[in-house]
Amino acid sequence: MTTGPESTGDATPDGPTPDSTIQGNSTPDPPDLDWRLTRTQVLRDSMGVAIATGAYAISFGAIALAGGLNVWQTLALSLLMFTGASQFGLIAVIAGGGAPLAGAATAIMLGARNALYGLRLAEILRVSGLRRLGAAQLVIDESTAMSIGRDTDRAARLGFYATGLGVFTLWNIGTLVGAVGASWLSDPRALGLDAAAPAAFLALLAPRLRGRELWAVALVAAMVAVLAVPLVPVGVPVLLAGLVGVIAGLIPRKGTTQAPDPAESAESIRSIDSSEPDDQPTREPS
Amino acid sequence: MTIWIGIAVGCLGCYLLKLAGLSVPKSVLERPAVHRIAALLPVVLLAALIAVQTFSDGRSLVIDARAAGLAVAAVAVWRRWPFLVVVALAAVTTALVRQVIPAS
Repeated sequence: MTTGPESTGDATPDGPTPDSTIQGNSTPDPPDLDWRLTRTQVLRDSMGVAIATGAYAISFGAIALAGGLNVWQTLALSLLMFTGASQFGLIAVIAGGGAPLAGAATAIMLGARNALYGLRLAEILRVSGLRRLGAAQLVIDESTAMSIGRDTDRAARLGFYATGLGVFTLWNIGTLVGAVGASWLSDPRALGLDAAAPAAFLALLAPRLRGRELWAVALVAAMVAVLAVPLVPVGVPVLLAGLVGVIAGLIPRKGTTQAPDPAESAESIRSIDSSEPDDQPTREPS
Repeated sequence: MTIWIGIAVGCLGCYLLKLAGLSVPKSVLERPAVHRIAALLPVVLLAALIAVQTFSDGRSLVIDARAAGLAVAAVAVWRRWPFLVVVALAAVTTALVRQVIPAS
């Protein structure tokens, strides 16, 4: 983290600190102009991410309906779960005929990374009470990526709330459009919508596959899951793959900790990793 | 009804994880193994979901039109085409293959 407690002085919410004159009079301080430029930039970035994410909410709505959920269940997921990969994971298990609780377990495991985002964000947001309860729902890949790595805490907070609220709004509108649209179709399978979900997962997975190690773990997990299909109840193969991930993560490794990758769509989102030198792979030959 | 239970449990669990990050002392979750597992879980779960959803009907392994859809999606992802294009191409490809080979 670049914004340790000692560097939060640059994040005074209300303009220049009284003692800024100590710097001497050679640099006329234009903090308000600076902030206005920063604010415009942050809001523009956030809006871009919100629009892109809203577009894939349309596919979520359609895929959920194709998977057997009704419109209300689909809308409830986007409102209450509000974390894309988990939502897709839950409907995938249910669509395959798995137990809804197996779907819930898959969703919860997929959402585990949000807890780590919260750790980073807690220092920036410094929220408590009701505000914390509200802010928590906005902790997702996109809001984290658009917050962490900003120059000041003020900009980081704006990035978080603007992205979180923007994505929340458009994600739910997109879901409604997709779900209602798909509910008019008589046979989603005829349109190939059952293949849309794996394609969506592939698009979510690809940006995370950085390095041979992650490829290897992903392939092992996929093999375990496929081989388990004829042997265990529906929904369980995916949970077994989760176990593969836990085991692989528990194997201690020197100098190659992987930072959680927040970017569900790598290009459009600022990389969290650049702000976290302490989590970077050290790239030592080990 | 049971679908609603799955939704409720899943939503509650996901929310509590988000809240936990903002609430618990940093030292509780700030361990290398926790970080590695949190980074690996999406990778293994997504990989498994792709494999199971493409190559099984839930009970047994099958190869059908969805494999063609996934192959086209893989090319689209590799070419870094937008998310909606990837999803739409997979669906259209699968639908077209089913037109040609109705049993798939």
